[in-house]
Amino acid sequence: MQRRTIFKLAAAAVLAGSFGLGSAQAADPIKIGVVGPKTGPLAGGAAVTHFPNFELWAHQVNARGGLKLKDGQRKIELIVYDDRTQPGETIKAVQRLATVDKADFIMAPYGTGFNLAVAPIFDKYGYPQLAQAAVTDKMDELVKRYPGLFFVQGSTTSYAKTAIDVLKKLKDEGKIGNKVAVVNVADAFGIELANAGRPLFKEAGFEIVYDKSYPLGTQDLAPVIKAAKAANPDAFVAWSYPPDTIGLAQQAKIEGLDVKAYYSAVATAFPVFKKAVGDASENILGAGGVKYTPELEKFYKELKDVTGVDGDYWGNPVYYSMLQIIEQSIEAVGSMDRKAITEHIKTHKFNTLIGEIDLSSQRLQWLWTVGQWQDGIFHGVNGVNVSDGKPVRLKTGW
Amino acid sequence: MEIIIIGLLLGGTYALMAMGLQLQYGVARIMNLANGEVLVAAAFGTFWFFSATQVSPFVALIGIVPLAFVVNWAIYRFLMLPLVKRAKNQGQLEVDSILATFGISFIFIGILLAVFGGDYLSYSYMASPVHLLGETYGLNRIAAFLGSAVLCVGLYVWLNRTRAGLTLRAVAVNPSAASLVSINVVNASALAFALGGAVTAAGGMMLSMFLTFDASLGVIFTLKALVIVIMGGVSDIRGAILAAFILGLTETVVAILVDPGLTLAAAYVLFLIILLVRPQGLFGRRTS
Repeated sequence: MQRRTIFKLAAAAVLAGSFGLGSAQAADPIKIGVVGPKTGPLAGGAAVTHFPNFELWAHQVNARGGLKLKDGQRKIELIVYDDRTQPGETIKAVQRLATVDKADFIMAPYGTGFNLAVAPIFDKYGYPQLAQAAVTDKMDELVKRYPGLFFVQGSTTSYAKTAIDVLKKLKDEGKIGNKVAVVNVADAFGIELANAGRPLFKEAGFEIVYDKSYPLGTQDLAPVIKAAKAANPDAFVAWSYPPDTIGLAQQAKIEGLDVKAYYSAVATAFPVFKKAVGDASENILGAGGVKYTPELEKFYKELKDVTGVDGDYWGNPVYYSMLQIIEQSIEAVGSMDRKAITEHIKTHKFNTLIGEIDLSSQRLQWLWTVGQWQDGIFHGVNGVNVSDGKPVRLKTGW
Repeated sequence: MEIIIIGLLLGGTYALMAMGLQLQYGVARIMNLANGEVLVAAAFGTFWFFSATQVSPFVALIGIVPLAFVVNWAIYRFLMLPLVKRAKNQGQLEVDSILATFGISFIFIGILLAVFGGDYLSYSYMASPVHLLGETYGLNRIAAFLGSAVLCVGLYVWLNRTRAGLTLRAVAVNPSAASLVSINVVNASALAFALGGAVTAAGGMMLSMFLTFDASLGVIFTLKALVIVIMGGVSDIRGAILAAFILGLTETVVAILVDPGLTLAAAYVLFLIILLVRPQGLFGRRTS
């Protein structure tokens, strides 16, 4: 019995060996590693914002024959790992992609903490790390430490500040009063936003009449909305996460929370928000936003056709633009020389789906960070270094 | 008054999560860690049904409940029964069934991911305000509360007034003694397990009206149900129902009078106190 097992193993090894030899030929696909949560708490967001972009991109590149390199065109093969929303698994997966799968390129994982956790590994094996789903205030520090790390995203404070600026403008124009009710989910991004927001509200001349947190996964948000309503605010701000972003809006609709400006953070830009809240989503403000162009409309349609996913109005277009940057850089370099690719990204400007992008500082220079549901689309109304946002509308009833 | 109503509505929600597990654990002695996934699957099914037809999601119960019954019966019959037969005592069965159902929960998650994708699913149904004693409440939550009340009363009456119910209670109290009075313990356990799954699925349908789901959310419901069932005492459904309402009221009192950030802490403090004072649960019997 034991001997037979050994024979089997030997046979398997021979097979694997011949397979390995075969894969060294020139026409073989470029192996691109993708890591992210297919299961666990972050899976719902990643299923929209993270995975479909790679799928669409690979589909499109392969449909036109592959990436054009010096030694001919090569198709893309995605190697996808589920990190189960556990940083330990993310680290293992990236390590495996780098050492076992010998991936030609590895896409950055999903989530701030996850990106920070694997930054040393990307650095160690010399892979550029273009992080889209990572929001932090430590970007400048981090990009100095890791020369291959790029943040295609804004900072925590920029999200809080631009949102509060929208409210301040409304207040200064006399459209809303100065009383604001603020709630936040007691989890990473929610806490960071709330902490960044408090002094900014004061600075902007707002009086915070209600300021409470609630635990992640709270199933009944009625007490939160009732208390916020009782404080009689002019504006309502929720630094929230996907399930509660929807829950809060549904509850606010039931309560008839009478505010002229309503903001909620993560997932307000998701199509499911509109589906769950219905027409009451009109004029709700949130994190994200897009400048809606015909190209963008085409992108959403292709995303839907190829992956079956309705894209969000926040991460998806930026993510896809980031893949365009990677694609353009690989083709310009003409090989999978990762050092040269990193250098190319740092020294060139790129034409992308969302506009011209310059990553010379290893950070995105401009970005929509506040959007508003207007006539069924989540338009950008404010952001970092953007000026042509749609005028903000007041929330008039539910 | 407002606090009591919100608390009762939340308690009803919790009862929906916990009653199914109570039946499965109390009678069939299977600590089913895949219980939350059944709930999520039912919510997904309802979502799919409602999106496709725009008919009241309550109609989906006609399909979901029998399906959950059959699937859970099959799980018990083919996956759990070998463990039951092999187990030398109840302790070993519990350990084995926890491991097995933990595995099943991953299979469920995989199937849900493959069929529905990993995206958040939510829809809007009966999300309109109802005015009660000068305060507003969500119609869908009230509907779920009423559904939960019907299930609670129905199960209680069925367990206490019918022969089949008596059989289940006998097995819950003492499986080996029940088999001495010619009760088919295997059949009774399979029935309880299947019924528990069906009740959980009905709960999932009702919760889907106001909660947002994704494929990985099941474990949250399993944990909540686990706490409630253990608080209530494993062998009596009244315990689980009472515990669900106590938990709902406690969380609401804390959220409104103290701070919404402390609801989780309050829930677990309550759990600890009950475990310290009555380790067998509110309605549990002390094992001799």
